[in-house]
Amino acid sequence: MTQFAELVVTGLVTGAVLALAGVGASLVFGIQRIPNFAHGEYLTFAAYLAFLLNVPFGQNLVAATAGAIAGTALLAIGIHFVVLRPLRGRGLVAMSLVTAGLALMLRDVVFLVAGTQVRQYAIDQTKVFALGFLRISPGEAVAIPIATVVLPAVALLLARTPMGKSMRAVADNRDLAAISGIDVERVGVHVWLLAGALAGLGGVMLAVVEGTFDPNLGFQVLFLIFTTVVLGGIGNAYGALVAGLVLGVAMDLATWNGFFGGLDAQYKPVLAFCVLIVLLLVRPQGLFGRATVL
Amino acid sequence: MDVFNPAFWTFVAIMAGIYVVLALGLYVQFSLAGLPNFGHVAFMAVAAYTMAILVVRAAMPLPVAAIFGLVAAVALGCLLGIPSVRLRADYLAIASVAAGEMVRYLATNLSWLTGGPLGSVGLLGPARFVSYNAGWQDLLDRLSRALSSVLGSAATPDRAMLLVVWSLAGALLWVFRRLERSPWGRVLRAIREDETAATAVGKHVAAFKLQALLLGAALGGLAGLLLAWQIGVFSPNDFEPTLTFYAYLILIFGGMNRLWAIPVGAAVFSLLYTGTQFLTFFPLSLVDSGSRAFLRLFSVGFLLVLFMMIRPQGLLGNRRELLLEK
Repeated sequence: MTQFAELVVTGLVTGAVLALAGVGASLVFGIQRIPNFAHGEYLTFAAYLAFLLNVPFGQNLVAATAGAIAGTALLAIGIHFVVLRPLRGRGLVAMSLVTAGLALMLRDVVFLVAGTQVRQYAIDQTKVFALGFLRISPGEAVAIPIATVVLPAVALLLARTPMGKSMRAVADNRDLAAISGIDVERVGVHVWLLAGALAGLGGVMLAVVEGTFDPNLGFQVLFLIFTTVVLGGIGNAYGALVAGLVLGVAMDLATWNGFFGGLDAQYKPVLAFCVLIVLLLVRPQGLFGRATVL
Repeated sequence: MDVFNPAFWTFVAIMAGIYVVLALGLYVQFSLAGLPNFGHVAFMAVAAYTMAILVVRAAMPLPVAAIFGLVAAVALGCLLGIPSVRLRADYLAIASVAAGEMVRYLATNLSWLTGGPLGSVGLLGPARFVSYNAGWQDLLDRLSRALSSVLGSAATPDRAMLLVVWSLAGALLWVFRRLERSPWGRVLRAIREDETAATAVGKHVAAFKLQALLLGAALGGLAGLLLAWQIGVFSPNDFEPTLTFYAYLILIFGGMNRLWAIPVGAAVFSLLYTGTQFLTFFPLSLVDSGSRAFLRLFSVGFLLVLFMMIRPQGLLGNRRELLLEK
């Protein structure tokens, strides 16, 4: 039972990272019509920016995370204005190639600047927190409160604020939103800001949870982010929030002993891949999407 | 190694031939049928691993194992294609990225089957080094002996490999030239341009797309086999996801839709790639070889973005037949 509860907690933490990155990627997909293959690299960039502030500059992790969030949002905006906006209307295939090229550039810049060695933040990774019968690693102890505050906040932002509402409207039907007087151009900028900021937070959380990381950090979870996006339904922000948590918990629970003796932990990503393939086969519109022509 | 070493040029040319086969697979999928496949490297890896495992563990003769390797690549194509060809193009892109990662992940982690991070030398465990390559070397030796009656001392196994790779690449280029001009190729191009119109004239769009995907998968598998035979030992790191983007760069060099530009692109790319790997004269000597690998990948990404931004038809392409505007 303890193992079950611990797996749920670990799964929720992984799931929170996927949800944060997934919401951004899904909204960008829906609003800008861009499958952003560089989204994983935004996470990597954030993790290294936080590392730069945290270790060489000696800031605490909270300040470093704030810096990483701001920096990644700026990066996303910068890429939007310099590369992606001038290429608007080129279609999904062309945009996939461009973002894949951007991903290569970003990843290798991080490799060149930061080197191949494994990094970790200045936090004590060996400490164990006891929460009732649960034992929680410091990474999770940081990530859980952040996730419980931020995920509802994102949901609220999308549900209640004018910006959130117009984002969902544009993602749902761009033309209809435009003739209702929504400034589609401005929403496009806002969505990159939001996606960049969430990817920034997700990247630092991922690095904290993993304990140590190298420049492949974000690329390794890219396909999990995309699985989240498809699971939630492309362009569906709430869908991505839920799908991230579901995917994270499902991957960790599969290793539970009570589940047919438990899957070997090394097969967790394989499980996600199977989820993706089955999903494409039977329910490509995602868990919550409507069956339209895809 | 310096520029005047013939071994260097033989190596460049062999790799160029392998890149031709690799890029040709993407050409069929992407340029003809409009299927964005970002996990082409998975087909290479699956074929190479299947071949090596069958030769080493099941003591199968090389040609049979090679055929099974190609079958495995096509099977992976089915796994990817059957769920996703009915859907919008981006779903295949996502599934193929996932497949590329997955194959490499499994190759690294299923060490009882694949030798783990050690790769092919660890197939029977770290203590027993067994090569899958003996049959291939044997073939090249016999070929070079046969050639020595014509070429004299210039016939070496390396040059026999060069001959094999380029004959294969040339034959495949010719076959696909014919295929592209055949009714089958025209249907694929019609689907690429307008799926609805192709459906309206009674073409089974999903079936044609799947055929293109599987043909490309088989070519990817063949490129994987050739690469495995060429390098002799391989590990999961020889099938990095970035290999796929080398192939895209080779394609975009010819504007994505010029079949005859593939060998040109492959030769230029192979020269640049191999040159920056092994040559050490002045501007290259400023950067150590570790950083050069990352600089090279950075340049691949940069060139992709740059071409897409300012010259989407590539260096040799034709702006009027441009599949990237959709």
